[in-house]
Amino acid sequence: MSEIIFLAIIGLAISLCLLRMLKGPTAPDRAVAVDTIATITTALLVLLASIFQRYVYLDVALVYAVLTFIGSVAIARFLEKGI
Amino acid sequence: MQLTGTIVIAIGTLFLFLGSLGILRLPDVYNRLQAGTKCTTLGAFMTIIGVGITQPDWLPKTLVIALFILITNPISNHALGRASCKSGVPLCDRTVVDKTKDFEQCKPLHDELEQDEEIQ
Repeated sequence: MSEIIFLAIIGLAISLCLLRMLKGPTAPDRAVAVDTIATITTALLVLLASIFQRYVYLDVALVYAVLTFIGSVAIARFLEKGI
Repeated sequence: MQLTGTIVIAIGTLFLFLGSLGILRLPDVYNRLQAGTKCTTLGAFMTIIGVGITQPDWLPKTLVIALFILITNPISNHALGRASCKSGVPLCDRTVVDKTKDFEQCKPLHDELEQDEEIQ
């Protein structure tokens, strides 16, 4: 029962960030929203691993965290200096 | 153990929600970075540690993921804030203190601000 509430709250959080990503006046706004969505998704993956009782999903969460970190830094470099 | 972990996960998801509410509501890129960094770092940390508490077998790996988020999330958000300062995203109207004025690298932002003041 409590898992459904957690998933609903996290889904609401991701949809609020998606709204900002659609609205955002400048490019850094959208980048910040995407970065926040990535962090929330990492927490969501760990929660899903607990709900489905699959240990392997933790590896997915770890790899996702690494890849989004690299992606955020790459977007920041691009906004700073161009390609 | 189960109850403690569930309470920790509940607090974590609440922080995640508050962080994304800040992303939506705050007026400025820099304010949004503030909400998006602090709240989501604490929220993700507590959610992941809570899963580790409910299932003690998984605790080492969840600790690794949580520590990784705790280290890398502030770094990437700091890089984003620096990039938005250097690419000249304007501050909001109610800003009181702006300490980046003295930095050479943040020149484009303040050139634009001065032009706006001259026009007004």
